[in-house]
Amino acid sequence: MTVKVRRSTVIDAPVSAVWELLRDFNAHDKWHPAVAHSTLEEATRPDEIGAVRHFRLTTGERLREKLLTLSDRHHSFRYAIVDSEVPLHDYVAEVQLKPVTDGDRTFWSWSSTFNTPAGQERELAQLVAENVYEAGFEAVRGRVEQRARDALAARRSYITDPRPTAGPATTESIGGTAMAIDRYGGADELHPAPVSPPPPGPGQVRLRQTAIGVNFIDIYCRTGYFDLLQPPGVLGMEAAGEVIDVGEGVRHLAPGQRAAYACPPVGAYATVRTMDAGLVVPLPDYIDDITAAAGLLKGMTAEFLLHRVHPLQAGETVLVYAPAGGVGRLLCQWAAYLGATVIGATSSEDKARAARDVGARHVILPGEASLEEQVLALTGGRGVDVIYDAVGRDSFAHSVAALAPRGHLVSYGQASGDIGSWHIGSLATKSVTLSRPNYVHYTDTPDKVAAITGRLFDAVRRHIIRIEIGHRFALSEAAEAHRALEGRRTSGSIVLVPDA
Amino acid sequence: MPQVYTSSIIGAPADRVWAAVRDFNALPDWHPAIAESRIEGGAPSDQVGCVRAFRLTDGGAIREKLLALSDYDFCCTYSILESPMGVENYVATLKLTPVTDGSRTFAEWSAEFDCPPEREAELVRQIGEGVFQGGFDALKERFGR
Repeated sequence: MTVKVRRSTVIDAPVSAVWELLRDFNAHDKWHPAVAHSTLEEATRPDEIGAVRHFRLTTGERLREKLLTLSDRHHSFRYAIVDSEVPLHDYVAEVQLKPVTDGDRTFWSWSSTFNTPAGQERELAQLVAENVYEAGFEAVRGRVEQRARDALAARRSYITDPRPTAGPATTESIGGTAMAIDRYGGADELHPAPVSPPPPGPGQVRLRQTAIGVNFIDIYCRTGYFDLLQPPGVLGMEAAGEVIDVGEGVRHLAPGQRAAYACPPVGAYATVRTMDAGLVVPLPDYIDDITAAAGLLKGMTAEFLLHRVHPLQAGETVLVYAPAGGVGRLLCQWAAYLGATVIGATSSEDKARAARDVGARHVILPGEASLEEQVLALTGGRGVDVIYDAVGRDSFAHSVAALAPRGHLVSYGQASGDIGSWHIGSLATKSVTLSRPNYVHYTDTPDKVAAITGRLFDAVRRHIIRIEIGHRFALSEAAEAHRALEGRRTSGSIVLVPDA
Repeated sequence: MPQVYTSSIIGAPADRVWAAVRDFNALPDWHPAIAESRIEGGAPSDQVGCVRAFRLTDGGAIREKLLALSDYDFCCTYSILESPMGVENYVATLKLTPVTDGSRTFAEWSAEFDCPPEREAELVRQIGEGVFQGGFDALKERFGR
């Protein structure tokens, strides 16, 4: 059977730089990890149409490939396998580069059609797509982007001083400012307070914080609905910044490194903080501090809801409440990427559009039909496999009614109020199962946090999910940020930035 | 014949971006330069051959005809029938291609047209940066970078 494979990527370098590497038909062994050795047959040039190259792969097989077309104008070439010890028959492939004028980058598409022995289609398609095309992308990316960075650094080194190296850990406390409360209450209770975090003890880190995330849980802590904070004290669960110094035994962080956390104990609304280092993670280059503070807690929540509480499978149908909200957006994007059919339940046309933009196939709005009637109509009377519900009191009964037999309700919040007590016997009418996940139990050890943030950062890097920064406030304006969040006047995440 | 080519990367899967841009009458929903649009004669906005008449935010009026539409290639081609820009034989194509590495879209917008030689540089810049890149910037704002 004929198989078609197409893979594409974006390389952060101009087309000319990528093309220079790719147009040499006899140079794959210099950059492609699957090719151990390449030679040209007879006395041909590497850009001669009709040239035949011999490959020995790192796995030992040999093959011969012929150059069919080469275009410097379109930055493309086509080639065919002439004979091969890998059973790829009638294989013709095309490499094409196109300029991304917006940012001087390169779009690279690599595609082919071929025939395989019956039954080997999937296996060989995967081999070509992953071991040849995607592995090639990564190899070229590493070479070309590093070269571009080196060139940039060489230019910059003439005009800027080298970055100072971190000095020895200070034994002094460092003064800073925090936003604290003296008692439970409204946003007005938030007031500035001086802090002087001590040098980190064993297993601790001291951070100079550059961005602090504001979450609904901060409001629960402020009002006393949750007792994570016993006033007086400093609010906040999530921040990013730079490591000042680390205590004995801390190996995963070093002075000068960028890092972030989203975990108890509370105390993030501060310019400087000393805390246990175990749940603080180093940040990769491609996630800036503001994005980390905006998205770590919500992103880690989405990760464990989709991969651990209920490992979502391709083909499942999932209902997401508040699909335009912070966690909801991430759930929709990620679930759609995983191959699920996403239904969003929201309240307005504007939010419905936002939900479709993040991957909701269908959107349910309040109407004459109830939520469960609309869900059943969209699913041919079957109901959905999974529901992610943080609405709570107002949605619980509708959610149970909208599930398919053996469906799973993930109740991970209560924005409309406590769910109250329920007769669990009613769940048996459809063999429904229920989870009430608590963030802390999925994120309370370094191993758990490393696994969750590893997958989260990769999803950000690959643009599978997008962390939305909605609003920035100065740290001293934390009360205003709380009012905006409580008043439902926000879209996207809220970040506090230390006052200049 | 002057040619314009602008391309960008949009941070959402191509089918999602295509759902927003395939409607030939929906430019005001996503392009900041377009204030109003209607399809002449009440034709469906995905009928090849239909004509859209729109008003720009700066007050100008343009009529464009849909020449080709492909849900398979995520691609549409159209021509300008009337505009204040002073171009002749203007044909443009907007095409989306999935980036399989992650969830992104490679978006290309190109055009060719005739104009007096002394206006070529200005028009290439106006179309490439104002119209095409302006539209991509709005899509990146909406869908992600």
